[in-house]
Amino acid sequence: MTLAIEHLSKQFVKNGEEPVESLVDISIEVNDEEFICILGPSGCGKTTLLRIIAGLDHPTSGSVRIDGLVIDRPNRKLGMIFQDYSLYPWRTVVENIAFGLELQDVPKEQRSATIGKYLEMTGLSEFGNSYPYELSGGMRQRVAVVRALAIDPTVLLMDEPFGALDAQTRNKLQHDLLDIWGKTRKTILFVTHSVDEAVFLADRIVVLTPRPGRICEIIPIDQSRPRDRTGVEFAKVRRYVLDMINQPKWTIQ
Amino acid sequence: MGFMKRGGSHEGLLHPHMFLKVILPLGIIIGWEIIAILLNNEFILPKLESVFAVLLSPTADILGYGNLISNAFTSLERVIFGFLIAAGLAIPLGISMARSAYMHDFFDSTMQLLRPIPPLAWVPLALAWFKIGLASMVFIIALGAFFPILLNTLDGVKSVKRNWIESAEILGANHRQVMLKVVLPGAAPTIWTGLRVGFGIAWMCVVAAEMMPGTNSGLGYLIMSSYNWGQVQVIIAGMIVIGLIGIGFDYLFKVIDRRSFSWRVLER
Repeated sequence: MTLAIEHLSKQFVKNGEEPVESLVDISIEVNDEEFICILGPSGCGKTTLLRIIAGLDHPTSGSVRIDGLVIDRPNRKLGMIFQDYSLYPWRTVVENIAFGLELQDVPKEQRSATIGKYLEMTGLSEFGNSYPYELSGGMRQRVAVVRALAIDPTVLLMDEPFGALDAQTRNKLQHDLLDIWGKTRKTILFVTHSVDEAVFLADRIVVLTPRPGRICEIIPIDQSRPRDRTGVEFAKVRRYVLDMINQPKWTIQ
Repeated sequence: MGFMKRGGSHEGLLHPHMFLKVILPLGIIIGWEIIAILLNNEFILPKLESVFAVLLSPTADILGYGNLISNAFTSLERVIFGFLIAAGLAIPLGISMARSAYMHDFFDSTMQLLRPIPPLAWVPLALAWFKIGLASMVFIIALGAFFPILLNTLDGVKSVKRNWIESAEILGANHRQVMLKVVLPGAAPTIWTGLRVGFGIAWMCVVAAEMMPGTNSGLGYLIMSSYNWGQVQVIIAGMIVIGLIGIGFDYLFKVIDRRSFSWRVLER
C-alpha cells in the first residue's frame, strides 16, 4: 500500500468574501502499516485534511493517491471513524457492524463470521444485540472502529475519535486501538489536538500550524510500545512537541 | 414527547393521579344529566340514557340513514383514501425538498402560500371542480393531511445527521443505499409523527366534508341529518363515536411509534 498526500491546499470561498485559506501545501508520504497522528490546534484544518483524504471533501490543489489512484470520492480502501454520532441508533451493534457488508451483498453466513471475529477481538461479544443508546461513549467508539474494520479497509482515518471521552476511557481505548492495530496491521491516520495522545500512539506526528494549516514539523517517535506515559523518554518528546506548538509566532495569531 | 410521561396512570384506580383525571369527566356527565332532567327538552339536551341507547345499538338503523357502524366505516374508508393520497404525495415531495436546495426553492414559496388556508376554505372550490361526491371529500381530506406530513418529512430528513450519511458513503453506499438505509430510517420517526398528526386532521376533515351538500353517508352526514330531524341524542352519540375513533387511531400510531421508533427519544 502507498498513500501519498501531495502539495495539498484547500481554500474555502464564501459568497462575495475573500477566500479563506485552510490548508497550505501539505505533503505526507505515508508508509504501509504506519501509525500517523496529525496534531494541531482547533481550526487548523486537520479535520478538513482528513476529510479530503477520505474523499468527502475536495482539495483546491494537490492530490491524495492510494496505490496510485487519485481519491476524489470515498473509497472502500479508506475507512473513517468520526468523533461522534456515526452509529445508526435504529440498528443494534451487530446490525451497525453489518452495515458495510450489507452494502456489498456479502452472504449472511460470511457476514456473521466476520462480525463475530471482530466482536471477539474488541471484547464486544456480549453487546451484539444492544442498541447504541444502551452503550457508553467508549463502547460506541469501539463499535464504530469495528464497523470500519469489518469491510477490511487498508487505511483507517480517525477524526478525534476519543475526543469526547473521559480521560480514563480515553487511555483504555488508545491502548486497545494499538492492540487492534497490531492484530490487523492497518495504516492509521489519527487526528487529535492532544499532545499526550499523539505521543502515546504515533510512529510519526505531523504537527500543523494554526490557520492556515501548514506542516510545521514531522516528528518520528521511535519508542517501543506500550509507551509509559509517565516515563522520562515520553516526557521529553512531549515537552519537545509542546514547546513547538507554544512558539510565540503561533500565539500571536 | 407526551407519551414518555408516565404519570400515575398505570398505578391503579385509587392513585391520586387517576382520581384527578376522572373528576372532571364525571362532573361533566353528572352536570349534564342534572341539566337534562331540569330542562326536560330532548331537542336541546337529551338525557344520558337516550345517548347511551343509541351507542349501545350501533347496528340499529337510524332514521333510514344506516347504522352507526356502517357510517363510521364509510367515513373511515374516505379518510384512509385521502390520507394515503396525501402521504403518497407529501413524503416524496418532503424528501426531495429536504435533499435538494433546487427542489426546496422551487416548491417552498407555493407551499408557504397554501399552507395557512384551512382545508374547509377549499370546500366551495372542491365542489366547483369535483362536484358532489367522493372526489370532493377526498380532496379536502388529502389537503388537511398533506401539510403536517410534508413539514414533518422535511424536518425528519433534515434531522438526519451528516455523519450518518458520510459514514455510509465511506462504507461504500451509493445514492440509493444512502436513501434506503440511512435517510429513510433516520427520518422515519419524524415522518411517523407527521402521519399521526396528518391522520388526526384528516379525520376532522372527513366529518366536515361529509356535511357538504349532496352527501348521503358517513358520520358527518349522520349527525347533520339528525340535526334536521331534531335527534340531538344521535348527534351526541355520533360525536362520541367520532371522538373514540380519533383516540383509537392516535393510540395506534403512538403504540407503533413506541415500538419501532423509541431510539429517537432514548438516543438523547
